[in-house]
Amino acid sequence: MRGRPLLYLSYGQDMALLNTPAKRWWTLGLVLVAVLLPFMLEDDLLVVLATAFVAAIGAIGLNLVTGYAGQVSLGHAFFLAIGAYTAAALSGDPDSTRLIGFGITSLPIWLLASGLVAGLAGLIVAPLAARLRGLYLAVVTLGLVFIGEHLFKHWRELTGGVGVGRPAAVPELFGLQFAVDGAMFTKAQKLYLLMFVLLVIFGVLARNLVRSRIGRALAAVRDRDLAAEVIGVDVTRYKMLAFAVSSFYAGVAGALLYVMIGFVEPGSFNLAMSVQYIAMILVGGVATISGSIMGALFITLLPRVTRELPAVLPFISSSSTAGGITIFQVETILYGLLIIGFLIFEPRGLFGIWIRIRTYWKSWPFSH
Amino acid sequence: MNDFLATVVRGLGNGSIYALLALGFVIIYKSMRVISFAQPAFMMAGGVLVSHLVLSMNFFLAVLVSLLLTALLGMGVERIALRPMIGKPVFVIAIITLGVDIVIRTVVNSFIGLDIRQMGDPWGLKQLKLLGVTIDQRHLATLVTTLVVVAALFAFYRWSRTGLAMRAASSDQEVALAQGVSVGRVFSLSWALAAMLAGLAGVFLSTGIGLEQNLWLTALKALPVIILGGLDSLGGAVIAGLTIGVVEALVGNYGGNLSPVFGGDFFLVVPYLLMLLVLLVKPYGLFGTREVERI
Repeated sequence: MRGRPLLYLSYGQDMALLNTPAKRWWTLGLVLVAVLLPFMLEDDLLVVLATAFVAAIGAIGLNLVTGYAGQVSLGHAFFLAIGAYTAAALSGDPDSTRLIGFGITSLPIWLLASGLVAGLAGLIVAPLAARLRGLYLAVVTLGLVFIGEHLFKHWRELTGGVGVGRPAAVPELFGLQFAVDGAMFTKAQKLYLLMFVLLVIFGVLARNLVRSRIGRALAAVRDRDLAAEVIGVDVTRYKMLAFAVSSFYAGVAGALLYVMIGFVEPGSFNLAMSVQYIAMILVGGVATISGSIMGALFITLLPRVTRELPAVLPFISSSSTAGGITIFQVETILYGLLIIGFLIFEPRGLFGIWIRIRTYWKSWPFSH
Repeated sequence: MNDFLATVVRGLGNGSIYALLALGFVIIYKSMRVISFAQPAFMMAGGVLVSHLVLSMNFFLAVLVSLLLTALLGMGVERIALRPMIGKPVFVIAIITLGVDIVIRTVVNSFIGLDIRQMGDPWGLKQLKLLGVTIDQRHLATLVTTLVVVAALFAFYRWSRTGLAMRAASSDQEVALAQGVSVGRVFSLSWALAAMLAGLAGVFLSTGIGLEQNLWLTALKALPVIILGGLDSLGGAVIAGLTIGVVEALVGNYGGNLSPVFGGDFFLVVPYLLMLLVLLVKPYGLFGTREVERI
């Protein structure tokens, strides 16, 4: 097949993970850049990027249930919270009298456990999802966030209570501590690399899931659940599966999300957080894995970018107490306008923009 | 007994606020088949406008002006952000309203500031004794206003030409178009009505206790209400709103010590729990229309 890289002789070739040479080169390039970044950027930027990678894992999870399976969930924050607290409790100090702790600091154990606990919670909620559809489901999952928020605020032994919070999970792998500065790498560099590796693992896993039989079944459920049932897809089973896997991803993301700041506060798992994840997948691209990652990077880096605005536009003030427009207001308004703008002008999100650019160059100099 | 009755009246007062909000959601749902998450923003806008206008005019006049302005805001939002999306999946439109809510609420919040703004209403926290039961005047005022508004709304839907057009558009848009109904105008009017109802709810919500930034969360309690009553039932919205208000007040008054785990403010999540319970039994709410499906 030398010289004809786009000729596919089997379905397997067509569905391969990296089915074109362009994808192979791009992936190689991006991975190289991502690995080299920690040696070129400042530590505070690396922490933001690491947070964005974790958010990307969560966004992939939401995209599995909302993008691929078409079940609108506003309850992502609830599952993130379950993951965060499972991890924090497992790796917490066992001698503490104030908080629950088991002293298991090994990263693979608490990461897997928080994913599984959140996934289980997803399975418990799923029967409701199987009965409801569309906006009814959206409102019910929104109710879940409020009930969860209330529960976490009052369960002081687990969460530390409102305004107090508790230390986040301790990342340790075979004796290597990630959250402290080492001799060779700083804390930020280590966390960045750890989160990058985890994102690649979970990204590839999700990509493999959606190009398999399961992924096609989910898409069938999304496009028309009744029709899917008629052609033999077990709709209830796949809806439950989508919820379980999505919650697993949310649990993992929740467990990692607070490792960077080292602290979890129960008030942060609110509706705004769910909306943020919805915004990530909409801005990035619905039903795409790479889109979820782009969206998570975009939304997480947005506050960082707006923080630079006062230097350029002097009428925006950077303190919240002064009069006039503050950067926090600009940030929130920009965020809202981005959601509206993307949905009206580019419903396929950043991924869609990329596809447009790609098509333009592929067919250049012709317009189609 | 008197304590119980006083609690019920308080519940009815809060419940009528939920009913007003829920009516707004249902009106939009009936015309566009979309849940508008922008209602909290309209509610806050209505409240904040009154709190500023009341400095220079009579309270009732301020309410009237603020409702008109809120209605205009609703129409504007529909025209700019929603009209281009006709025919797109409802989920996408619902998320757009979320974005609208974020934008408007940020602007409104900057007019509220960090303090509590007083509405300058004639009721304040004054109480009155009726048949031996002590009740807040503002709760009574809310209940009476809601009943009047609901009656007017039902009469409008039932007997006016425009109301007929709105019902026609809600039952089948294409047929309504063929009969000469301007569906665009119906959309516009629905948003204006919904914004007005939300604004009115905002005004009554903050009478006495004042308006502050976190009050917007109350508007989301109308979501369990509409699910409970059925998304497309105006009557259901009113009944479910009053029910949830009363249940919430009763749990708040008597269920405070249910369990230390639930906490003293357990009544805040009661509407959501009630919604989950009802949905397990009736997936389309108490009065909602069951969707008929074809392949």
